[in-house]
Amino acid sequence: MKHIISALVQNEPGVLARVAGMFAARAFNIDSLAVGRTDNPKLSRMTIVVIGDDRMVEQVRKQLAKIISVVKVQDYAGQNLVARDLMLITIAAPAEKRPEIFALIEMFNAKVVDIGPKFVMVEVVGPEIKIEAFIEACQPYGIKSVVRTGTIAMPRHPKLKSQQ
Amino acid sequence: MSNDQTSAGSPAPKPLRKPGSQIIVDTLVELGVDTMFGYLGGVVLPLFDKLYDAPINFIIPRHEQGGCHMADAYARATGKVGVVVATSGPGATNLVTGIANAMMDSVPIVCLTGQVRTDLIGNDAFQEADITGITRPITKHNCIVKNVKDLARTIREAFHIASTGRPGPVLIDIPVDVAVSMCEVTVAPEKVHLQGYRLKPHGHAKQIAIAANAINNAKRPVLYVGGGIISSGASAELRQFAEKANVPVTTTLLAMGVFDQTKPGSLNMLGMHGAAYANFAVQEADLLIAIGARFEDRVTGKITTFAKNAKIIHVDIDPSSISKNITVDIPIVGDAKRILKELTDAIEHRERIEWCARIAELKQKYPLAYDRNATTIKPQYVIEELAHQTNGDAIICTGVGQHQMWAAQFYSYKRPRQFITSGGLGTMGFGLPAAIGAQIACPDQTVIDIDGDSSLNMTMNELATAVQYKLPVKICLINNGFMGMVRQWQELFYNKRYSCSFLENPDFATVARAYGAVGITVDKKEDVPAAIKKMLAETGTCLVDFRVEPEENVWPMVPAGKSINEMDGIDIFQSMA
Ligand SMILES: Cc1cc2nc3c(=O)[nH]c(=O)nc-3n(C[C@H](O)[C@H](O)[C@H](O)COP(=O)(O)OP(=O)(O)OC[C@H]3O[C@@H](n4cnc5c(N)ncnc54)[C@H](O)[C@@H]3O)c2cc1C
Ligand SMILES: Cc1ncc(C[n+]2csc(CCOP(=O)(O)OP(=O)(O)O)c2C)c(N)n1
Repeated sequence: MKHIISALVQNEPGVLARVAGMFAARAFNIDSLAVGRTDNPKLSRMTIVVIGDDRMVEQVRKQLAKIISVVKVQDYAGQNLVARDLMLITIAAPAEKRPEIFALIEMFNAKVVDIGPKFVMVEVVGPEIKIEAFIEACQPYGIKSVVRTGTIAMPRHPKLKSQQ
Repeated sequence: MSNDQTSAGSPAPKPLRKPGSQIIVDTLVELGVDTMFGYLGGVVLPLFDKLYDAPINFIIPRHEQGGCHMADAYARATGKVGVVVATSGPGATNLVTGIANAMMDSVPIVCLTGQVRTDLIGNDAFQEADITGITRPITKHNCIVKNVKDLARTIREAFHIASTGRPGPVLIDIPVDVAVSMCEVTVAPEKVHLQGYRLKPHGHAKQIAIAANAINNAKRPVLYVGGGIISSGASAELRQFAEKANVPVTTTLLAMGVFDQTKPGSLNMLGMHGAAYANFAVQEADLLIAIGARFEDRVTGKITTFAKNAKIIHVDIDPSSISKNITVDIPIVGDAKRILKELTDAIEHRERIEWCARIAELKQKYPLAYDRNATTIKPQYVIEELAHQTNGDAIICTGVGQHQMWAAQFYSYKRPRQFITSGGLGTMGFGLPAAIGAQIACPDQTVIDIDGDSSLNMTMNELATAVQYKLPVKICLINNGFMGMVRQWQELFYNKRYSCSFLENPDFATVARAYGAVGITVDKKEDVPAAIKKMLAETGTCLVDFRVEPEENVWPMVPAGKSINEMDGIDIFQSMA
C-alpha cells in the first residue's frame, strides 16, 4: 500500500543525505520525495511516498523519527488529505493535432506554459492519478519529456497553531 | 588556562577569548572526561597542543581502530562516554570499523576528527575525507562544526546524544581553522536542547498493566534480556522482578552477567550457540518477556518459529527495535530500569513450581559440556580453569570466533559490564584493544583478553600500547591455528574443505616478548593450571599461547535458518556431560 509520510526536518546541510541514506541502508523504497522550506526558515518539510505493508511503513516512520535532525514524522494514511503533484510535460504537437491536444488540456484543467512550432509544454497540477492519466492520454501524440515534483500533501482542516 | 581570568574581581568580567582547541578541551573537562584515546596528525595538532596541559589521561594506540575499540571498551566497562580523537583523512577512516562496532552494540562514544580547512573542503585537499558522509549510517548522529561559536554546544549535545536513550557513537568533525579561531566564551553553558531528540523513558501505564496481567497469568514465562539492561543499569531491578515472579532468565551474548549465572533461575545464553536448556525453555514458554534485547537473528534462528508458543512482551527504549524483526503482542517503549520497577510493583508473587521444576530438569539434562577426559588441551578447559582461578571475578574481553563463544559459555559471569565482546558487528581484533580500554577504566581489576589466533593477528600491534602504559592486561590466546569458527562451518557445511581458513602464525610468545611483555607457550594439558597461575601473578602485560585442540567445535549449534530448538551437538554433549 502507498503511504504518504511527512517529515519536518532541520534545514541543515546533509539532512537530505541522512534521510535518503537511511532509506537506502534499510532497503525501503522511496516512490517520491519532495522537499521545501516551511514558514520557519529553520525547518523544511519532506513529503515522502513509500510503498509497503503496514509493518514496513511503521519501521520507516520509526527510523525517520530516530534521525536527530528529523523533528516530527507523520504518516498520513487514513487521513483526509489534499495531495498534489506538479508536472511539466512537453508533447509533440503538429498543427493538425493541436485542436485535439488543446481539448485534452482543457479537460484536465491543465495549462499551456510554452509553445513552439512542433511542441507544447503543459503544466498539470493534481492528485497523482490525474497526472498519470494525463501522461497516458498524451502517449499517442508523443511525449518529449516529463518532469514531476513528487507528491506533497496536507491533511484537510489542520488545527491552526493558535487553536492548539 | 585560569591565568586568563585576570579580571576576576571586577564587576562585569570581560568575556574570555579562547581558541577552538582550548574550547574543546575545556568542554570535555567540564563534561567529566578524564581519559581519552587517539592518534596525532596535522590538523589535530592545535588540539593536542592544548591537551598537553589538560587534566586528561591520554592513551595513544598504535592504530586508530584500536583507539576506537579502547574508547568503546572503556565505555562498556564504566558506563561513561568513551572519547577518541583522530586526524583527517586516513586517521578518520581508520575509525570506521570501531565506530560501526560501537553502533551495532549501542555503545556511547564520541569521536572527534580533525578536518581540512573549511575553505578547502570539497577540493580533494590533502588528507581530506568526507568523514561525516562516510559515517552517517554508522553513527547515532554526526556533524561538522564550521563555526567556532558552535563548538562547545555541539560537544555537549554529542555527549547527551551518545549517552541517553539508546546509546551510540557520535562523531564531530572539526576543520583545523575552527580549532584555531578565537571565540568569546560564556561562562554558563546553555542547556542542551535538541528539537528532534525526545526521550521516552516512561512506559505507557496501560501497557504496563496489560503486561502485568499477562505475567500473572503465565504458566511458563521466560525473561529474555539483552544489552539494554546494562545501559539502563537495571540488573538489581531485573533480579527483584525475576525473584518475585519466579521467572527464569536467559541473556543474550551482550548481557552476560546481568543475572547471576550461579542462580537456579539463570538459563545462561540463548541463541545459535546458547545453552540448549535456554533454547528449549524459550520454545516451551507461554510468555516471553523481552527487555532491552533486539531479536537479532543469531538469537532467534528461524524467526517464524521463535518462541512460537508464547505471547511476547517487548520493553525497549528505542521504538524502532519493537516489531522490527518479530511482531510483538505487548510493546512497551521505555527505560528498562523504570519499567522493571513498575512491573515488579504491579505483578503478584507466583511460585510456578511446575515450571521451575521443568527448568531444573532441562538444565540437568542438557548441561554445557565438553570432553573433560581428553589428553589434548581443550579450549573449554582453559576457560573453565581461568574462571576457577579468578573466582569468576575478572573482566573478560574477546575477539570473535569460537573462543568468544566458549568464553561466553564456560566463564560464569556475576555482574554486568564484566564481559566485553563484539556482538552485533562481530569484529575480529576487538579483544586486545578492548582489554586495554577496560584496564584503563578499571585499573584495579583483573582484565583478561580471551582471544583467537586469527583475531589477535588483526590488532596485535596494540601489545605496544599495553606495554607502554604498563597495563597488567592478560592475553589468554586460544590458539587452534585456524580461523576456527570459519573452519567449523567448512567442516559442517562444506564437506571439510578448509578453503583459506588456515594461517601460518608467528610464535606469539616470542612476539609478546619482543614488545616487552611476558610470553608463555603451553602445549600440554597438565601445564595449563600453572601457566594460568603465573599469568595472573604477573604485574605487567602477559600473553599465554595455549596450543589447543585444533578442530574442536562449538556446541550446541543452531544451523542457519533452523528453529532454535533444532540444535546440533546436544547428543554429543550429553554423552560427555
Ligand atoms: C560469532 C558470533 C556468534 C553469536 N552468537 C550469539 C548467540 O548464540 N546468542 C546471542 O545471544 N548472541 C550471539 N551473538 C551476538 C548477536 O550477534 C547480537 O549482538 C546480540 O544477540 C544482540 O544482543 P541484544 O539483543 O542484547 O542487543 P543489543 O545490541 O545489546 O541491543 C540492546 C537493545 O536494548 C535497547 N536498550 C538500550 N538501552 C535501553 C534502556 N535503557 N532501556 C530499555 N532498552 C534499552 C536498545 O534499543 C536495543 O534494542 C553472536 C555474535 C557473534 C559475533
Ligand atoms: C574483521 C573480521 N573479518 C572476518 C570475520 C569473519 N570471521 C568470523 S570468526 C572468524 C575466524 C576467527 O578465528 P580466530 O580469531 O582464530 O578464532 P577461533 O574461531 O579460532 O576461536 C572469521 C574469519 C570477522 N568476524 N571479522
